Amino acid sequence: MSSQEHAVAHAHRDDIGARMGMWLFLFTELILFGGMFILYSVYRYKYPDAFHLAAKELNTIVGTFNTAILLTSSLTMALSITAIQRKQKALSIFFQMLTIVLALGFMVNKYFEWTAKFHHGIYPGSETLLAQPAGEIVFFGLYYVMTGLHGLHVLIGMVLIAVMMRFTSTGIITSDSYVKLESAGLYWHLVDIIWIFLFPLFYLIT
Amino acid sequence: MENNHEEQLVHTEHKHGYGVYILVWMALMALTGVTVAVAGINFGGLTIATALVIASIKTYLVLTIFMHLRSESKTFRAFVGVALLFLIISFILLFSDYSFIVRN
Repeated sequence: MSSQEHAVAHAHRDDIGARMGMWLFLFTELILFGGMFILYSVYRYKYPDAFHLAAKELNTIVGTFNTAILLTSSLTMALSITAIQRKQKALSIFFQMLTIVLALGFMVNKYFEWTAKFHHGIYPGSETLLAQPAGEIVFFGLYYVMTGLHGLHVLIGMVLIAVMMRFTSTGIITSDSYVKLESAGLYWHLVDIIWIFLFPLFYLIT
Repeated sequence: MENNHEEQLVHTEHKHGYGVYILVWMALMALTGVTVAVAGINFGGLTIATALVIASIKTYLVLTIFMHLRSESKTFRAFVGVALLFLIISFILLFSDYSFIVRN
């Protein structure tokens, strides 16, 4: 299909439908994470003091830094779409690459954060953790599941954007056909939104 | 062909400049700073509410500008509105049910 001439390739295009399909998928993601946020609020309601204590173990500076990284990556993703709209192909690829680099930075921070916790013996099912009160065990259970699932989404997003970079350089994504890049962008921004909520709920309980 | 024309029109509306995005990014960073700064102050029960309100403002900015909802058709905004409404309903119902069980 990609080898066809421009006029022909446009015949069966439905960009609005494609974006709407992406939004429908994002709603399923909303339900997936929404369920976890409900779990979080119920347990926070049940163990308010333990949540306060446990949250002190988390590094607010690393959390804030990662928030800034993810917000900036959302910016570069949005800019890459403007660039392709303005026929600045190389610039668009550069912004997409920057997005992946920032996402990688986020994951590297997460890696150090998690390994530091592991060194302190705080991981699901560890003896140190199981010796703690029930509320703290639940807090770290939720922490690992929710930030872990979010991290998985960041990894998937990185692969997705890498594929978009390839599509842009091979001319599948062009200045008048970029709905794939837009959909990847929508996914990336959703991952950002989820972090916008995870950050204060886990790192900023004082 | 008519459909194609409509699509083209919608697409031209989509074209935000670089400047808008950079402004939104600056606002998002500033709001992050505010959340961190405010978290140190104890408002009691309002502490969580403050954090959630700021997160909601940030989400609104991402949805409308980064995710182009501002320039999408009404159908998209209705879609997202309904999805968020039902998420909030399920939150309220589940949470009120749970706190009712706990209190009795």
